[in-house]
Amino acid sequence: MNNIISYAHIKNNSVSINGTPVFSSEKNATLPEFLSEAYKSMEISYPKFHKMDLQCKLGFLCTEFALQNTAFISENDLTKTAIVISNSASSLQTDKLHQHSIDDKTNYFPSPAVFVYTLPNISIGELAIRHKVTGENAFFVSKKFDAHLLVNYTELVLHDNASSAICGWVEVDDTAYEAFIFLVETKNNTNKNTIFKPLNQLVVTQIYNQT
Amino acid sequence: MVFASYNNIISGLGFSTDENYNAILNSELAVKKTILPFSIETFCVAKIDETLLKNRFSSIENTDYYTKLEQLSILSIQDVMAQSGVNPADEKTLLIYSTTKGNIDLLEKNNFSAIDKNRIYLWSFANVLQQHFNFKHTPVVLSNACISGLLAIIIAKRYIESGAYNNVIVCGGDILSEFTLSGFKSFNALSNEPSKPFDTNRVGINLGEAVSTILITNNKELAKPYEAQIISGFSANDANHISGPSRTGDGLFQCLNQLNVTNKTDIGFISAHGTATPFNDEMESIAIERAELSGVPVNSLKGYYGHTLGAAGVLETILSLESLKNQTLIKSEGFESLGVSGKISVIDSFEKKSFQSFIKTASGFGGCNAAALFSKI
Repeated sequence: MNNIISYAHIKNNSVSINGTPVFSSEKNATLPEFLSEAYKSMEISYPKFHKMDLQCKLGFLCTEFALQNTAFISENDLTKTAIVISNSASSLQTDKLHQHSIDDKTNYFPSPAVFVYTLPNISIGELAIRHKVTGENAFFVSKKFDAHLLVNYTELVLHDNASSAICGWVEVDDTAYEAFIFLVETKNNTNKNTIFKPLNQLVVTQIYNQT
Repeated sequence: MVFASYNNIISGLGFSTDENYNAILNSELAVKKTILPFSIETFCVAKIDETLLKNRFSSIENTDYYTKLEQLSILSIQDVMAQSGVNPADEKTLLIYSTTKGNIDLLEKNNFSAIDKNRIYLWSFANVLQQHFNFKHTPVVLSNACISGLLAIIIAKRYIESGAYNNVIVCGGDILSEFTLSGFKSFNALSNEPSKPFDTNRVGINLGEAVSTILITNNKELAKPYEAQIISGFSANDANHISGPSRTGDGLFQCLNQLNVTNKTDIGFISAHGTATPFNDEMESIAIERAELSGVPVNSLKGYYGHTLGAAGVLETILSLESLKNQTLIKSEGFESLGVSGKISVIDSFEKKSFQSFIKTASGFGGCNAAALFSKI
């Protein structure tokens, strides 16, 4: 059986874990401001965070919140932990930054530190590095959050080559943003602190729409 | 069983797989020193002939309404649909599109085409293909850096094995753009000469453009062109660095180790990623040695095509299937003397050989790696 053991949702400058609000910034805070405040609230030290583009920061924080109070990282074989992420805009926000740096021949400043983030799966790489997760990867692009696509593929990868998975949606597009991360395990419930819901399209749609 | 079957390659070496395979047998290179519209510098890149593309596409549709990548993708997919007779409107048919940057040219300041700028969104780009061919299902779009093409084939296999689909069309494509050229240049990753994978004097990659399409199917009747199946395929992450490969080849080793190779002597060759950057090729050699596959000959096709990004895994799988069908090892173009520390044997000339199977690998930014094992039925 595949079960969701925890999830986190970030939107409208607020964070919820398993449906319960845990952190928020002022409504008019910009995304960089909100991400910075959310990072500080976690009381972690991870210098690589500050080099990330907004999308990677958002995915990183949402995953940190989803993992809070779980034993997901310590209890799973991380060589068999898959990361399956999706969004709508791919890496468009950073693509525009890189394009802007080459638009003007008299002011030409392409930077490797920006260019590397013009691939959406870099956000998967950042999660893999942070948590030493070396399993399967896939980054899908769909018009909207697609519970069917995510659940269906996660089931296939769990069947073929994974025993746990970090899944979800990490989207930044101009001023609009949203992240929703859920953690899936195939083993029996061993941790009382976590929720325990079967992985299926209905459940994922419900918990996504919950807050 | 899941079969790899009908296919198409559009590149600087031609508009069909036959044209491409015959061109490489003649040691023709798609990569050439070229002056591009956006720079006074000379780049060594692989481009698709624009006049040929216009001539071919205008016999189907008005070129004004489709981007370059859409035109190439429609031509490539159409070739595979025509060869295979697969019905796109069938409940059990799916299109998977693999790309890193899609219609990235729509972001350019000087792009004055009448095309809806929203087609910069990869799902919107894929929607154009769905509409054109009347695919029943919304295409699945995969954007996973340089392993996208091979990973799309592995994902197609998983979809078919689950019973969800009988036929999955996997199309991979990326165009040559100032966007990617300037980015790789900022990394000092480009070679100004045709690239030299695994060679002592390799200095970096050539970028290339291509679109390639392959049918993955469970229908044995449709497997006739190659009589080849996908035995296994996996991805793994190095969890080491976002823009540099693991020095010890961890992720690629993990993939290779899982392939379930029963008899190494059956494997004719490994079609490596082989971008010709110092770090990538070194990493691959170490992973191959760690997986105890040093005895299996290795080639990279990047010397012919450059790095075609989202197309690469599909294109290189197709040419490896040709290699299997013709029982011919393809020379690793640009290679003269071994310049990596892992023990590997690079294929330095075309060679007839009797073999059953091959391994295709890929590695990319974000620490991702993939490997798959293909075999004769």
